[in-house]
Amino acid sequence: MMTIQELNEIKERTLKTMELRLQKKDTGKHVLICGGPGCHSSNAGEIKEVFEEKIREKGLDDVKVTLAGCFGLCETGPNVEIYPEGIFYSRIKVEDIDKIVDSHLCKGEIVEELLYEGSIEDGNIKPVSEVDFYKKQVKIALRNCGIIDYENIDEYIALDGYQALAKVVLEMTPQEVIELMKEANLRGRGGAGFPAGRKWETAFKYPADQKYVICNADEGDPGAFMDRSILEGDPHSVLEAMAICGYAIGADQGFIYIRAEYPVAVHRLEVAIRQAREKGLLGKNIFGTDFNFDIELRLGAGAFVCGEGTALMESIEGKRGMPRPKIHRTAHRGLWGKPTIINNVETFANVPAIILKGADWFKSIGTEDSPGTKVFALGGKIKNTGLVEIPMGITLREIIFDIGGGIPNGKEFKAVQTGGPSGGCIPKEHLDTPVDFASLGKLGSIMGSGGMIVLDEDDCMVDIARFFLDFTVDESCGKCVPCREGTKRMLEILERIVNGEGTPEDLDRLESLAETITEGSLCGLGQTAANPVISTMKYFRDEYEAHVYEKRCPAGSCQALLEFFITEDCIGCTKCARNCPVSCIEGKVKERHVIDTGKCIKCGTCMEVCPVGAVIKR
Amino acid sequence: MGNVTITIDGQKVTVPQDYYIIQAAKEIGIDIPALCYDPNLEVAGACRLCLVEVEGWRKLETSCSTKVREGMVIYTESERVVNMRKEILQLLLDNHPNDCLTCQKAGECLLQQYAYRYDVKFREHDGARRPNYVDTSSPYILKDDSKCILCGKCVRTCAQVHDRKVLAFAGRGFDTRIVADGDFTLEESSCVSCNRCVVVCPVGALVDRRLLGKTRVWDSQIKGVKCKACDYGCNFEVISKKGKNIAVRAKAPSQGRPLCLKGRLTTEFIYLDEPETPYKKVNGKFVEASWKEALELDGIFEKLVEEEKKGVGAE
Ligand SMILES: Cc1cc2nc3c(=O)[nH]c(=O)nc-3n(C[C@H](O)[C@H](O)[C@H](O)COP(=O)(O)O)c2cc1C
Ligand code: SF4
Ligand code: SF4
Ligand code: SF4
Ligand code: SF4
Ligand code: SF4
Ligand code: SF4
Ligand code: FES
Repeated sequence: MMTIQELNEIKERTLKTMELRLQKKDTGKHVLICGGPGCHSSNAGEIKEVFEEKIREKGLDDVKVTLAGCFGLCETGPNVEIYPEGIFYSRIKVEDIDKIVDSHLCKGEIVEELLYEGSIEDGNIKPVSEVDFYKKQVKIALRNCGIIDYENIDEYIALDGYQALAKVVLEMTPQEVIELMKEANLRGRGGAGFPAGRKWETAFKYPADQKYVICNADEGDPGAFMDRSILEGDPHSVLEAMAICGYAIGADQGFIYIRAEYPVAVHRLEVAIRQAREKGLLGKNIFGTDFNFDIELRLGAGAFVCGEGTALMESIEGKRGMPRPKIHRTAHRGLWGKPTIINNVETFANVPAIILKGADWFKSIGTEDSPGTKVFALGGKIKNTGLVEIPMGITLREIIFDIGGGIPNGKEFKAVQTGGPSGGCIPKEHLDTPVDFASLGKLGSIMGSGGMIVLDEDDCMVDIARFFLDFTVDESCGKCVPCREGTKRMLEILERIVNGEGTPEDLDRLESLAETITEGSLCGLGQTAANPVISTMKYFRDEYEAHVYEKRCPAGSCQALLEFFITEDCIGCTKCARNCPVSCIEGKVKERHVIDTGKCIKCGTCMEVCPVGAVIKR
Repeated sequence: MGNVTITIDGQKVTVPQDYYIIQAAKEIGIDIPALCYDPNLEVAGACRLCLVEVEGWRKLETSCSTKVREGMVIYTESERVVNMRKEILQLLLDNHPNDCLTCQKAGECLLQQYAYRYDVKFREHDGARRPNYVDTSSPYILKDDSKCILCGKCVRTCAQVHDRKVLAFAGRGFDTRIVADGDFTLEESSCVSCNRCVVVCPVGALVDRRLLGKTRVWDSQIKGVKCKACDYGCNFEVISKKGKNIAVRAKAPSQGRPLCLKGRLTTEFIYLDEPETPYKKVNGKFVEASWKEALELDGIFEKLVEEEKKGVGAE
């Protein structure tokens, strides 16, 4: 059993070893290597080993090397930070390590050519905290990611870990915890934004011999890895929060439902749960009280629909992961018919900070309607792809252009897709919309779990809708008619349109199908499946019409609608005509050639062979 | 448990407060179309046909899985509801073979009945369709996947009997199917031919094979009988045509009445004029059996004969 005194002792002791990283001390050096999903999949482990080896060779005993959770800037990984200066190196290869050790660690000379490009401004080198990418971010859910060693519970404790749990079980009643959570108005980060405090209150109010706390770590949105980064970089924050929730509602058992495709996160959670149990922070009589709480992992097979609360519970109960009708609220009758709280990973990660710092502090960040922060995975046509945590209420423009660095290759921004397959596309005119639950909803999109995909002028909006629908059709569980049959028909229509076979009636049919699917489906998957279609039809109807009426793709992206065309730059060399496999190019020597588009099979050969680049796609 | 009073299509009705809307409607003779609902089974909410409009509620709600609440005002055939039903039925028909002419289920098929009621028709299109897979391995059940509307009733009813749980959903989305034991034919699977699933299937996806081609419902007389093979006394129907009893089929299983093959065969044997050859499953194969074997009278029968002889001798 752990007492609060022991907890504080660990904190003091471990904090000393972390001072450099926290920039509280300036002798010695600390090398932090990003072990997040992006960087880990490259070779963070090897980089760490080589660093350690070189440092040993040089006899630098005051340099410490640590693998930490995701730094966020996955685009430039593998990333390395050196403290106390906070120097940020990016795209580090094993060969570069010698140089960093020799000059930076031994002589204190920064290796400029390896620096993250954004950390040099007007010839000055900025520490990581000043880099644009990080400056506008506010870290609550990700507060420890990239700072602590995720496999060392002491480092979590050093940064106030498990203090919130201690405070709750030793000083607060369950009602007080719930009041605090309601006051803070933490809204669910898993998609729907339901206030966590109110949900907890419902579960608290129903007496039962057994209650459950579930952490939803299914994270099925394509391209999303917010939850995974938290679980990998700071697993204890989720464990602590689940125990707090258990105390508040009167549950002694928690489950983390996590997809088996996240083996690293699963491993780190296993380590974290073991460490917490060893220290008595999970298990019986936590902090010497009569509060018991334990957590088990449940692995999902990676079906998107299993992230839906009722399907998730079916799956934990050992049944096929299909949603069930919501006859009772989950907080009333959930897992095995018992009062159950399901919250998302990021929702939980906010909880310990709220308990320690209070509702007023939390509400001072973000907006009134949506307090706090939200983590987004920035992707698509954006310079800084990666993970960002922003205060609610900052605009899409700030996220995309200030933090994300804008659109690469001088292309023009077209739209941003939020909320993944359940969300919608938001066009240029709404770039100044603040990011909060209500504002995104008004535009026909959703906050969702935090996917944010930036689209540029080369992206065809019909094809984007098709892409998301294709995902939904694959992931529909097949239980209810509107979703199972309707999304398939919708996809068939979209495929026809991008292939240039769409008819005007198809547009009407899309609209009526969207209505049926949205209103008729059983679960959130179907109810939101049409959003990508509805929002692109709303803001980019001209693109749909161009495909249907003119058989033209304005973005020049739909292969079937492209035409090969020879411009006046043609010098009449006849090369294209000689190479065309279907002989559909005519023209006299030294005169401009012409393609018979009716016969052209769009193989692209003419474009390849033309010596002056006179063949274009349009 | 208290009662609540609600208004359905302008009629007031008072029902126990744990009733679903569909049950309350039934009390006053309002028949809400429902393909996946069965009062004896766990609620599924899958077909979405039973959607109704509740005054003051933003979304349509499925009446099979929404409990009544005091003062609720419900419309079961409003324009919004009817349009939604038509769309849903159209989605079903777009993925269903146009086979009512020869389908054994015609006349009793709920899909057919609702399509008629809401005037929705089969139509041509070149989109995808369910694969045309027919399982003819069982002499008792014909499983035609192309007609399945995935209401899931068969899965739920099969699982209600301890140790059965033969049927399950497989695949996802548009490719979802009902399979036996993973994906076996009924013959290879652990199916015990009780025909519970056949009885609850609302369409012609599971039909009683021993009825096939013998008669249409509108052409025959049907009489309910009770099985005499064991104490459960399950319900069966004897179907007759031109004064001849030609087939027996199981009736809906109810609480504590599990249905079984032996009971069915016993009933056939008792009532039918010309009972068809019975089949027994031996090591995952259906084989012809004698009636003595099928009714599990081996031994008993010999003993009976012996007893009779003894009785004669003693007298
Ligand atoms: C199809 C579908 C998939 C979902 N996937 C997830 C998921 O992967 N992770 C998650 O936290 N919530 C997911 N949700 C939302 C959950 O149903 C639920 O609202 C959420 O876990 C509640 O937690 P929160 O209130 O903390 O957001 C999904 C919902 C739907 C309809
Ligand atoms: S909406 Fe789609 S995913 Fe949800 S229950 Fe219906 S078929 Fe399954
Ligand atoms: S794209 Fe191919 S088929 Fe078309 S004109 Fe060029 S070479 Fe010929
Ligand atoms: S199952 Fe019903 S709708 Fe389908 S063919 Fe048979 S009778 Fe017609
Ligand atoms: S006949 Fe009986 S055992 Fe066989 S699948 Fe149907 S319900 Fe299950
Ligand atoms: S076989 Fe019949 S009962 Fe089973 S799911 Fe299909 S339609 Fe429903
Ligand atoms: S059908 Fe089977 S279970 Fe039912 S009464 Fe007859 S013998 Fe008994
Ligand atoms: S009967 Fe209600 S959804 Fe099928």
